[in-house]
Amino acid sequence: MSSLTYEATGIPVESEEADPVNRRVELLLGALASSVLLFIAGMILFTLFKAWPSFAANGLAWFGAGGNVDAQLTDIFNSPADPADYIYKLRAWPLIWSTILISALSVLLATFIAVFSSIFIVHFAPGPLQKLIEPVVKYLAAVPSVVYGLIGILVLVPWINSTFITEEMRSSVAYVIQLDGSSVMAGVMILTVMILPIMIALIVDSLRAVPLNWREGALALGVNKWRAVRTVSVRAIRPAIVAAAVLATARALGEAIMLAMVTGSIGFAPNPFDGFLFFMEPSRPLAPSILDGEEGLSVVPFGETMYAFGFILIVSCVFFSFSGWAIRQSLGRYSIGAR
Amino acid sequence: MVSGKSRRPIKARGSRKVRARGVWSIGDRVGLTIAWATGIFLCLVAFSVTIYLALKGVQYLNLDILISRPEAGTEQSETGGILDPMIGTLLLTILGTAIAAPIGVGIAIWLTEYGRPSLLARFVEAGIEMLVGAPSIALAIFGLLIFQNSFMAPFSFTAEGGAVFGRSFFAAGAIMSLIALPFVVGGTREALNSIPKHVREASYALGKDQASTIRRVLLPSARSGIATGTTLGMAQIIGETAVVVVLLGASLQLAPEGAIPVLDVLKGTGSTLTSYVYQNSPAGEGKAPEKAYAAAFVLLLIVIALNLFVNQISKRGRHTWG
Amino acid sequence: MGIESADEVHDRTESGIPPIKRIVVNGEMPPVRVSQGEANGAPTHIAESFVIDQGAMAPAWTEERMKVESLGVRFDRKEAVKDVSIEVNSGEVLALIGPSGCGKTTLLRSLNKLVDLTPTAVRSGRIMLDGQDTDLMDDTLLRKKVGMLFQQPNPFPMSIFDNVAYGLRERGTKRPGKKELEPIVVDALERAGIWAEVSDNLSHPALSLSGGQQQRLCIARSLAVRPEVLLLDEPCSALDPISTAIIEETIVELKSEIAIVIVTHNLQQAERVADQVGFMYLGDLVEYGSVEQVFNAPMAERTKDYVRGDFG
Repeated sequence: MSSLTYEATGIPVESEEADPVNRRVELLLGALASSVLLFIAGMILFTLFKAWPSFAANGLAWFGAGGNVDAQLTDIFNSPADPADYIYKLRAWPLIWSTILISALSVLLATFIAVFSSIFIVHFAPGPLQKLIEPVVKYLAAVPSVVYGLIGILVLVPWINSTFITEEMRSSVAYVIQLDGSSVMAGVMILTVMILPIMIALIVDSLRAVPLNWREGALALGVNKWRAVRTVSVRAIRPAIVAAAVLATARALGEAIMLAMVTGSIGFAPNPFDGFLFFMEPSRPLAPSILDGEEGLSVVPFGETMYAFGFILIVSCVFFSFSGWAIRQSLGRYSIGAR
Repeated sequence: MVSGKSRRPIKARGSRKVRARGVWSIGDRVGLTIAWATGIFLCLVAFSVTIYLALKGVQYLNLDILISRPEAGTEQSETGGILDPMIGTLLLTILGTAIAAPIGVGIAIWLTEYGRPSLLARFVEAGIEMLVGAPSIALAIFGLLIFQNSFMAPFSFTAEGGAVFGRSFFAAGAIMSLIALPFVVGGTREALNSIPKHVREASYALGKDQASTIRRVLLPSARSGIATGTTLGMAQIIGETAVVVVLLGASLQLAPEGAIPVLDVLKGTGSTLTSYVYQNSPAGEGKAPEKAYAAAFVLLLIVIALNLFVNQISKRGRHTWG
Repeated sequence: MGIESADEVHDRTESGIPPIKRIVVNGEMPPVRVSQGEANGAPTHIAESFVIDQGAMAPAWTEERMKVESLGVRFDRKEAVKDVSIEVNSGEVLALIGPSGCGKTTLLRSLNKLVDLTPTAVRSGRIMLDGQDTDLMDDTLLRKKVGMLFQQPNPFPMSIFDNVAYGLRERGTKRPGKKELEPIVVDALERAGIWAEVSDNLSHPALSLSGGQQQRLCIARSLAVRPEVLLLDEPCSALDPISTAIIEETIVELKSEIAIVIVTHNLQQAERVADQVGFMYLGDLVEYGSVEQVFNAPMAERTKDYVRGDFG
């Protein structure tokens, strides 16, 4: 960390004043860097400004449940042209619930897989497999989300439809929704694969940074290798695991394309009390909702509603990224390449 | 005593057999099994995705698709090829990288070499991190908010009534640069941080000031890091879909706007490989999955090529400082 | 070789000598407190008091615990240890001395097979623990019996209590409860000579202790799992003289209970704590004998030069 505030030890202060070029370069670059902050602040503020009518018209009920959210969106889209008659009524809970549900499930699943696979990569994979698996993780991170989405919609969704969904399940919910395989399950499965590489990269890095003498100390006590890794290494990197999960949450919340393709794009709040069926139900998180409504952005009240979705997303993603960053800072390690 | 027989490698011990005596508890063994399973799962996912798309790609991709323009058609055979999306991807990548690279390098230099006041530097760092986490769809609609302003009219199509469309290669490229930016910053910072202090001090000792030290000594040394970061940023741009869908308009073909060559294309709308895949998948309107497969395969090839390229440059550029 | 080892096992059971382990585990043996000078000058005193305390038991300190037979260790092309044969007896401290890179640490790390963690290491020869080939034992079982202390104090990032209890908690299938652990932890801390300093804050993080305290905590951590042999890899090289003195005192106190092997750069330290000394040079065991013999009447030229301080 200290290297970032590298002080130009070679330059006495006087010479800096005597050297306007250097000073100007510093100011210019500083301004450039600060513009990133301005941009983020501007983005949050302008989006809030644009979204305000939607929040103002609904109050806190905006976040609540009530009615069919898709029907409400259609009404908003079909608002009369007169600004005085704009319709704003929205109860966005199904979309929010879907966002929370899909992100949380995939982050939980991904954390579990990432911790175990990182342990495997760092400590247990035989040489050749280790050489293979690290590029594989990098590669998985590089596959575009639309490719995952395409495979999801053409392979995974039909597979779920034919494997898991029975006729009874279909008829039991036929009065509200149609089950066709586009589901929470498909979204969670693919989203897990998509956020795994970020988490693995971070966790592998911190596992490697655990001092060898801790592990040797445990082994020398007659503890087997798995226990030594679990009770010393994994224990020591718990904050890094949390940071990885938090950063992955930001990614999961913001994923639009893939989820728009595989979750069925229906503003329905899957009901956990439906049992296993719950995973088969379609839904639509916030990010894909914006993507779906993209063509209606020019309809003023509808656009404002979309910006309201966008605002919620930005604020939560910025919050999660910042927390993840802060946790990693407190670890005293910073490596953007590890992403 | 030191006969060939007794000189056995450590690996050849029969300890695995002995291990079964209960030193490894059930939990330990289950844990180790899960670790193996997850590692193999990762490989399986990567291979099945690649092999599946390769099979589909070989099946549907041909030269004809690569060199013909996309057309609207009711039958898959009438929908043409992916020439325009490929050009679109290329244009957008160049545009986004051209904006992101200099800004990103500048920010990285400021962070590593100046970084004063340090509080501001910390905030900028956090800001870059937030940019990574910011949802691309939110960036996209914010971009629309900017480019639909009347003072942004030169960058996109303006309708009869003076309403600015806000969707163009310019608009998409500008927002794409934000997506690539953190990667450029990250790659450059890593390279600059790995240059030891004595290199800088040597330059100062020769009477160079900080600015010229950066330009003449540090930047050339950080070249491979900058290249790595920029390439990673490119890969992000190439793989990004939401920004394209929102900010590049829905036309599959390039739709130039105005009369000046090149600029007209940049001012106009179009598509990229990612948006082409999206539009032609069952989720979009095209309903031409075969073409989507072909385009997805091309996309995957590009991504693999970029990955290999990054590996190469980071391997070759690895300095060992005295 | 196989027959030989079988004989040893046979001898052992016939002679009816109870393994040292049992004495230690029961903790019945009254602490034999011997001042440093006594230990140095007359190791037999310890043995006498020991024998008297334990009744008619055979003097355990003559017991051979570990036997290294023609050990060779190579890392890739580099031979770190060449054809070394040495014995580790209980009730004694064996010091391995020699210049840096002479293979003494590698030899030490072979005794609990920690050297196997280095992927390039190739080991030949045999190491016996109580007549059993260690290569036929499970690594973890071996390491339970052969504890180790490292050059850098390496307490885990946990509380003091958890550090000492770690080995007991994590090595079996069943995790003992805090109640069961408490007396063992206290006993281990006492024997490592750190109890007085930490008795009122067992829940404090171990990393907040000073370097010398950390090292003694690590000793306690090793003792808690009741090892039969304790390997010390330059345990004092990172410590100040006062901590060093305390640790040396602890070593001398412990040797009546367990066999100790210490690797050290410090010749005075070897002279102070050791009963037997092995001098290693470039992977060879040049000389091996009692501390008086090696320091006062070394047989090999190299040893003479080294103990005189001519090189190393």
